Amino acid sequence: MNWISNYVRPRINSIFSRRETPENLWSKCDGCGTMLFHREISDNLNVCTSCGHHMHITPRDRFYALFDGGVFNEIAVPEPITDPLQFRDQKRYPDRMKAAQKSTGEKESMLVAAGEIGRTPIIAAAQDFSFMGGSMGMYVGNAIIAAAEEAVKLGRPLVLFSAAGGARMQEGILSLMQMPRTTVAVQMLKEAGLPYIVVLTHPTTGGVTASYAMLGDVQIAEPNALICFAGPRVIEQTIREKLPEGFQRAEYLLEHGMLDRVTDRREMRKELIMLTRMLMQMPPPTWGDLPAPGNETPAK
Amino acid sequence: MTHYLDFEKPLAEIEGKAEELRAMARENEDMDIEDEAKALDVKADALLKDLYAKLTPWRKCQVARHPDRPHCRDYIDALFTEYMPLAGDRAFGDDHAVMGGLARLGDRPVVVIGHEKGNDTQSRIERNFGMARPEGYRKAIRLMEMADKFGLPVVTLVDTPGAYPGKGAEERGQSEAIARSTEKCLQVGVPLITVIIGEGGSGGAVAFATANRVAMLEHSVYSVISPEGCASILWKDSDKMREAAEALRLTAQDLHRLGVADRVIPEPLGGAHRDRQTAIAAVGASIAAMLADLENMDGKDLVDARRKKFLSLGSKGLAA
Ligand SMILES: [Zn+2]
Repeated sequence: MNWISNYVRPRINSIFSRRETPENLWSKCDGCGTMLFHREISDNLNVCTSCGHHMHITPRDRFYALFDGGVFNEIAVPEPITDPLQFRDQKRYPDRMKAAQKSTGEKESMLVAAGEIGRTPIIAAAQDFSFMGGSMGMYVGNAIIAAAEEAVKLGRPLVLFSAAGGARMQEGILSLMQMPRTTVAVQMLKEAGLPYIVVLTHPTTGGVTASYAMLGDVQIAEPNALICFAGPRVIEQTIREKLPEGFQRAEYLLEHGMLDRVTDRREMRKELIMLTRMLMQMPPPTWGDLPAPGNETPAK
Repeated sequence: MTHYLDFEKPLAEIEGKAEELRAMARENEDMDIEDEAKALDVKADALLKDLYAKLTPWRKCQVARHPDRPHCRDYIDALFTEYMPLAGDRAFGDDHAVMGGLARLGDRPVVVIGHEKGNDTQSRIERNFGMARPEGYRKAIRLMEMADKFGLPVVTLVDTPGAYPGKGAEERGQSEAIARSTEKCLQVGVPLITVIIGEGGSGGAVAFATANRVAMLEHSVYSVISPEGCASILWKDSDKMREAAEALRLTAQDLHRLGVADRVIPEPLGGAHRDRQTAIAAVGASIAAMLADLENMDGKDLVDARRKKFLSLGSKGLAA
């Protein structure tokens, strides 16, 4: 397994990301319409300081905030073959990929990393909705399998942040086959007795919800996240009636017994630390701002 | 009454003419039309052969959805000497879109599970057009657990446009039910085999088709999304379903190349609906062969082999 060290990079990265969102720029909250400084939003994990609306956050930014001292080691994901079906719609699939890579600066729609949260070693995986709708194809399948294998190898819990419009149509049946493939990954964790915690973020739909995103030991969602198999529009077309307010939102699922918790993003790290430590039978956490882990090389 | 698909129109004309001639001859004994009618039969046969030799992916979808195609119930009735339907998910209800129970294949008891679409207006509504709700998947999970407990092989017959996109289905956890059914497929320590007899619609199909062996009827399809759905999303035009069907590689032949289908079961000329008995017998033979294939494997081998199969899927794409 290759490790790409992020030890020195968080600072540089945060400077880099600030370059893209200059401090003097304003943004309007989709939830309440309040004008907010970009800086204000990013310091608050992209949660509106006025109404608490949870906006999109990239996997990388999420990890900087999640891991102790913003330090994590990216886990390499075996590359699937490119464009397995030679798929063409109005654009070629490789062209769509290139455009997504350019606009996100990421290789694909999932990031996997090892690191510590509150001095608790974990593996984390996060899906990027801004990369082709976070769609699940061979790469996402490989990423989840790599994450599970690494978790089993190191005896760590896996925390997975889901976000996807569903399967990646451009990979046809092979995207559908990621449902059983990722389910095998979840089974590896279960057999090793390791916690698998899913954090469902907005939106998580389709085949993703109907596989790894619904198989966690603990299921948490961010507030107001849309979580469903069939989307509201498809359902309205099928049953020809208006759906109730809040249908398929996190709070609605909680009420219907489909989730354990709905948790504000700003409280998520704390809850994940508590959960993983209890499930791993570790002593209670020490709270406070933890510095980055020392210079020790991560266990292999 | 034969139900003709749109691309079978020329065929309908020829067969109609032959039928008309014969009807006239029945009323008027002096008429000698047999030669002419026979010539039309020959012409119809040739056309049928021609049409079905080069079915486009979209036409295959139409054949796979043909209303006269044998459905799950037809296969169960014909192939099993005994069938004891078992109902309910023990939590909410019984889903009639999913049939299942104990059955005997020759002397051998098995658990059979499948989607049933219905064959007339009333039964289609009752069966919800083969679109299962969470209760259907949970019934299947229960039956797979029973099979596992008593060492019975599981045979699944897949024929669904997809899981039902309804309000209640979502409220009762459609996603969770499908995810657990797929998980259960991967856990059972007994042979699990699948035949896709018509439409393999997305997650609703995977939930039953995560099997040691997957066979597809020659003109069946299996896809991540319907061609119409894909067209409306990627082409922003649901009339582009022909292009979408092409791009998705959803035919039994492409899926065999990709390793998703282990075998393709030939259909009678003109599709399973033209000669239901032959089609049903071919599926029966295939089920027997697939079960025989797995006979010498123990529970752990079966689980390991199933996992390995799915983990390695897709590594080579169409070049496989
Ligand atoms: Zn706001």
